[in-house]
Parts: sequence; C-alpha cells; structure tokens
Amino acid sequence: MALYLPIAEMSVNILVLLGMGAAVGFLSGMFGVGGGFLITPLLIFYNIPPAVAVATGANQIVASSVSGVLSHLKRGGVDFKLGSVLLAGGLIGSTAGVYIYSLLRGIGQLDLIVSILYVVFLGTVGGLMLFESVKALRRARSGEVVSLRRPGQHIWVHKLPFKMRFKTSRLYVSVIPVLVLGALIGMLAAIMGVGGGFIMVPAMIYLLKVPTNVVIGTSLFQIIFVAAYTTVVQAVTNQTVDVMLALLLMIGGVAGAQYGARAGQRLRGEQLRAMLAILVLLVALRLAYTLFVVPDELFSLSAGGGL
Amino acid sequence: MSPRRILLLLALGAGLAGGPALAQVSVTQDTAAPAGEPGEAAAANAAEQARVPERIEIGLSTQAIGITSDFTGQALTIFGAIDNVDPLVHRQGRYDIFVIIEGPRSELVTRRKARVFGIWMNVESQSFDNTPQSYLIASTRLARDITSLDTLARLSLGIGQIRVQPHPDRKQAREVEAFTAALRRLKQDAGLYQEFPGGVQFISQSLFRAEVALPANVPLGQHRARAYLFRNGELVGQTQAPLRIAKAGFEFAVSDFARNQSLYYGLSSVLLALFIGWLGRIVFKKD
Repeated sequence: MALYLPIAEMSVNILVLLGMGAAVGFLSGMFGVGGGFLITPLLIFYNIPPAVAVATGANQIVASSVSGVLSHLKRGGVDFKLGSVLLAGGLIGSTAGVYIYSLLRGIGQLDLIVSILYVVFLGTVGGLMLFESVKALRRARSGEVVSLRRPGQHIWVHKLPFKMRFKTSRLYVSVIPVLVLGALIGMLAAIMGVGGGFIMVPAMIYLLKVPTNVVIGTSLFQIIFVAAYTTVVQAVTNQTVDVMLALLLMIGGVAGAQYGARAGQRLRGEQLRAMLAILVLLVALRLAYTLFVVPDELFSLSAGGGL
Repeated sequence: MSPRRILLLLALGAGLAGGPALAQVSVTQDTAAPAGEPGEAAAANAAEQARVPERIEIGLSTQAIGITSDFTGQALTIFGAIDNVDPLVHRQGRYDIFVIIEGPRSELVTRRKARVFGIWMNVESQSFDNTPQSYLIASTRLARDITSLDTLARLSLGIGQIRVQPHPDRKQAREVEAFTAALRRLKQDAGLYQEFPGGVQFISQSLFRAEVALPANVPLGQHRARAYLFRNGELVGQTQAPLRIAKAGFEFAVSDFARNQSLYYGLSSVLLALFIGWLGRIVFKKD
C-alpha cells in the first residue's frame, strides 16, 4: 500500500511506516522512553529527507509522550513545578536548536553533526547505563538492596545559588542546573529530532538526584511541551513537518506502546535498563559505522539555497 | 570515411535502387560526405530547396498532472505528428525523434566527502546554477546513432549532454568535471535523469508516440516537453509544450496549508498528536 507524502514529496509504503511506528512504540512502552532516538534514524535509513525526519519525529514524540504522561499522572509521578522550570530552559534551547539546525543545513554539515551527536550521546548514555545496570544486576543477585538515590550525597550542583523547593520530588536545588539541563536537552532535541528522554532521565537521576518514581513522568511532561514547541517552530521556519507521516507513526506507535508496556511489566528494572542500554549502543554503533567506514558514494546532492 | 558511414551508404544504395527520390536522398548524404561532384551537389541543393520542410508537433493528453496520495510514478505518453513527411525517408527509417520532459530548473549543490580525523565528512562542494531537477529523454534509437555528438551537445540531448552551469569559483577544471559527473550520476541513480532509447515509436507514417516513466520522486512545478525531429541526422524541426506537475486534492490542501498558514499547520499537527496520544491512552485503559 503506497501513500504519497505531501511534505516529504515521496511515495512510501504505509505498512512499513505503521510497522516502524509499532516497533518503536513497543520498545518505548517497554522502556518508558519516547523513542525519538530510534524513529529519526530509522526514517533517514528509509530515505525520508533528514529535514523532514527530524521535524516529523518531534511531532510523533508529542503523541507518545502524552500517552506516557497520562499513565504516570494517575500514579502521581509528575512534578509539575520541576517540569515547568525544565521546560522554561527547554524552550530557549529548542529555539537555539532550530536556528543551529537551519545554519548547519545551509553549510552542508547537518548530517555529519547529527550523526556525531547521536554517536556521542547514545554511546555515552548507553555505555553508562549498561555499566550501571550490570552492576545493579550483580548486586541484586548477591542479595544487596539496590537504590539509585543516596540522599546524603552532595555534589557541586547542590552548592549553586537561587535555590528552589520542589515538593513532589522532595528536592531543594538551585534553578541554574535545572534550566541549563532543560536548555541543553531542548537544543539537542531540535537538532536530533528526539525528545531527549534518554539524556534527561539519567541526568535527573544522577545530577539532580530526583527520585526515580517521578523522573520518567516529569521528563515526559516537559518533553510534550518541548516537542510541541519544536514541531511548531520547525513548521514555521523550515516547513518540514509532514503530518501524514507523523500520523502513520503515531498510530503504529500508540498501538505498539500498549504491548510494550505489558511486556515491560514482566521484567525487572535493571534488566530493562540493561536491554535499553544495549539497544541504544547498537544504534550508536550503526551510526558510527557510517562515520568511520569508507562510504560507497563520496558525493551527495542537495538543493541549493532554500528547501 | 568511417566504416559506419560506408555501411550506411551501402544500405542506402540497396534500398534506393531506381527510386524517383534517389537523387535527393543520396545527395543529402553526399553533401555530408567530404567528396562529391559539384554538379551533383548543385542538383541536390535545388532538390533540397524544392522540398517542403517537415514540421513536428506534439500534444500532451493533459496540461497538468495532479499528484494525489496514491501517486507512485506514472507513465506519460506524448503523441506527436510530423507534417510533410517524405514517405521514402520514412520508409527507410531515417526520421528520428527526441522527446524530452525537463523539470524545473534550480540551483543544485554537489558535495564531496573526505576523511578528516578519521571521520568522513563533506569537505568540498560545487554549486550549479539553473540546472534541471529532472530530465527524461525518449528517442527513436540510441542518440549516438542518430546524429553527431556536436549536435547532441548543442541541443543538450542526453544525460551526458545536459547543460550545467558550474558556479564559478577557484576550482580547477578537472575538479569541476568530477563534480559535474557526480551530479549526473546521482540524478541518474535517483531516477530523475533517465534515457529511454526506443521510447519513441512511429504509429503511422506521420504519427508517433513517446513514452517516458515519471518517477515517484518527480519534482513538482513547471516542466517543459521538447521534441526534435531529425532527418538523416540533421535537425529539421523542433517544438515544445508546457506541462505542470503539482499536488492535487488532499495532498495539495495539506502542503498549501503547511506553506501559507505554517503557524496554524504546526499547531494543528501538535493538536493531532495530543489527540492521538490521549486516544491511545483511552483505548489502552479499556483493555
């Protein structure tokens, strides 16, 4: 079944895209991540122009984050105050990101920077997560109590001024690292076409010491708004949001997420994290391969000026 | 005289034996050949002038092609007619036709990767002004069998002959040539530059039909259909017609909305995402 996409201006197979959305939805439901870091590279491998893939990815993330946040809301796992401060930073970062995005595209280095960012961030996050979860798995086997949060510990982040109290998270921290974290991830989200959950979640746990039960909900809450904002800004500045493509991915994604969440409930936290880490590392390796191995075609073609 | 020309002459001689148009045709051939008797040549010129010149016309079944959601490429047939056909020349198959569907022209950039600190990245680029985004050419037979390379180049008939205008910069000519070759190759790989030798067929003495396949990624905008008529390898007529390829129906509505009301388009996309996300949650809860 073929469908001509109005913005990407190409013919695609509906079933392939629904399947892609479902597969990523399954994984995101299982691991509690947005899945943007999977969907954008997959779309690019499927020959969707990178500009359209990144902008449309942001739109799809809105849908999957809404689904996710609604389920966390019921369990009280969303810190709206913390989410809002992260969001304020995120909107600034996202605006800068969309601008950098247009700039990089103009000088022809967009693909390279996007690939490098993916390799660096996915590689680092995946590696750290794998290391941590394997350690946790070992400890769990030897019968120790596993806790990610050690409240007594203080690092430099907690010595900064402008402190603010976040009741839901039982936190009293400076707003500076929260804003900076939000801005940094907002910028990456706009350039990479991801929600940034895979960076946000570990950063919140390890840097801000947010309790794990509110991390994912809060991260998803702010991702909804950053992704929504990115979608609108991309639509206005680059006109690369393909709503038909997004719709196919969303339908597949929302359906896949149900089954993924159920599958996820049967696994333990450390096991899930280890599996997610391996998945993240595989995507990073695949992208690193294209950076380091001699390409089949050295030349590439693009439209000059606009578009 | 090249061996091929001798063969051609022999073939002509065999086919023409005793025919009334012998003088005219063989003479045309002779004027092309380096040696020829002066008297014969004069007679030829006279005959040439007496002949009513051919004219070529083409008609597209439609002035505009609308792209809707089920578009996966399309075969495009162009019908055409030749006026004042010389039946003998036709019978000998010495009329040749090129039909070209050329896409809108724009600036294109070719980039070349090289290794920098172990990473493959774009380091050099060459932009080309005013280059056709697509180029589909159909002909009665292989272009190089029809006429000389000079003529092909002059009329830009063939993928290798498309006139490109490298944007002037400090690069050496050989470098520019490499980028130009890459441009043609990449366009060909993408199915946007295609040749269809044998794509033009005569239906009758004066009617012909050209078929090209518009690829699924055909650029949108104002295309131009051009047709060239060759007689014995000489250009005797040409014509052109416009062809508009544009999104239609729902596809048009969406892209028009995205372009002209981009803020509302973005907001609607977000609303749609919010709705689908919420809907997914509802469906999930019922299970």
